[in-house]
Amino acid sequence: MLREILDTFLKFLRTFGAMVLFFVRVFLHSPAVFFSRFPLVIKQVYNAGALSIVIIMVSGLFVGGVLALQAFANLERFNAEDTTGIFAGFALIKEIGPVITALLFAGRAGTALASEIGLMKATDQLSAMEMMAVDPVRYVVIPRFLGGVISMPLLTAVFTTIGLAGAHVVAVEWLGVDVGAYWQQLQQALDMEDVLEGIYKSIVFGIIASLLAVWEGYNAIPTAAGVGRATTRTVVITAIAVLIFDFMITAAVSLR
Amino acid sequence: MTWSRKLSDYLIEVHDVDFARGDRSIFKNLSLTIGRGDVTAVMGPSGTGKTTLLQLITRQLVPDKGRIIVDGVDIASLSQSELYKLRQRFGMLFQNGALLTDMSVFENVAFPLREHTELSERLIRHVVLTKLHAVGLRGAAYLMPGQLSGGMSRRVALARAMVMDPDILIYDEPFVGLDPISMGVIAKLIRQMNDALDLTSIVVSHDVREISEVSDFCYVIADGAVAASGSPDELNADTSALVEQFMHGLADGPVAFHYDAPDYEEQLLGKARGN
Repeated sequence: MLREILDTFLKFLRTFGAMVLFFVRVFLHSPAVFFSRFPLVIKQVYNAGALSIVIIMVSGLFVGGVLALQAFANLERFNAEDTTGIFAGFALIKEIGPVITALLFAGRAGTALASEIGLMKATDQLSAMEMMAVDPVRYVVIPRFLGGVISMPLLTAVFTTIGLAGAHVVAVEWLGVDVGAYWQQLQQALDMEDVLEGIYKSIVFGIIASLLAVWEGYNAIPTAAGVGRATTRTVVITAIAVLIFDFMITAAVSLR
Repeated sequence: MTWSRKLSDYLIEVHDVDFARGDRSIFKNLSLTIGRGDVTAVMGPSGTGKTTLLQLITRQLVPDKGRIIVDGVDIASLSQSELYKLRQRFGMLFQNGALLTDMSVFENVAFPLREHTELSERLIRHVVLTKLHAVGLRGAAYLMPGQLSGGMSRRVALARAMVMDPDILIYDEPFVGLDPISMGVIAKLIRQMNDALDLTSIVVSHDVREISEVSDFCYVIADGAVAASGSPDELNADTSALVEQFMHGLADGPVAFHYDAPDYEEQLLGKARGN
């Protein structure tokens, strides 16, 4: 019994250690790879970012609409429906935008990264690169990581913008909130700091989601079942990590 | 056997290597040498670690004990950049070709050139088409790997393995899953490339007939060590039980047909013990 606990703990430590070493390696080489393999990075920005835009835009539109509906229904009771814009805008910019974008990213781009790298491993493509004296971490892993890191803030910006538009459509066009009040209230209440909080979050989430996806893919067991499991784990672990970090960042910013 | 050769005639020397995966010992005191300019076959029943041996020689894996010397250099002592320099002298053909799936055949073969040389586009095109022509697939240059048959993938991979003009070509199970014609083509290519380009080739396989035709020297590996070695003719004439079983494909012998199991009768008719 004690032995099993110890074994599990040691296994955890080993995995954790390997993970930290991998992360350090990725971070250390990232700047050089960014410049020396710029075309590969751009290709991955396209794969992770551009190909995720449709799902991000559709989700943003509806999430913004829902926020406006909920806000309006509650604020109306206090005759404060003019502040619908503040509610929807704050929620989108500081919380919902970065978090939902990260969750959608994990489902759309993270899984693609993990399964692609895992399959390359399962079909010996990574070993073949090793044998051709090309480091797969620099050629395969880091460009994908950077692609994700660059895409996430951009996707978050798209999500939030479309979300605000969605909220506008629902609140102003449908529910009849005064358009001037809607935008002016939001503009007055919103500080640069609030916007920055959202941007910081999107950067952190971009790093987390991309790093976990490439880690899971690179360390997948090279079989069909192993790659499948790595793909699932990517979504699950990223979602949990993003939500925990979201809480920590919000706490850190609010308690300052 | 020609043991009279000088030591420097050996391009690769494996000395007393032990290697284990987890608790499972793969090699125990394995020693063998690969002659310069030879086609050396490494044969053995499935699961004896033939592929592992290739990974050890190219330092994709590190042995638990023992030394591996390539062209006079102990590869354990190399830094990563030195190792990568050494690997440029190797060409390796993986079991399934291991072509990069997001590039065309042409780009796959050009890949090592683009990574390691500053050749002009014109020259790259020239070199790649020459190599593809050598394996008979110049016409397939602009297909994607997904459009190729198994035998074609392996020939493209061979062209890619040769494109940097390596000194050593390593083939991991080049015949598995191929039809007889493709098998013959690959066997012919192995011999031709080796002689025309002055290479040293290592072929891991268990296709005894094909490999006997093209190799100069063979090792049979079993139970973690060299069970027999010699020219194909010598091995064919070998009467030791294991070599005979292997060379002639007998179902039972020293390599048992049955995986280790409890006593058959007892397991089927066992008393009510829940097994």
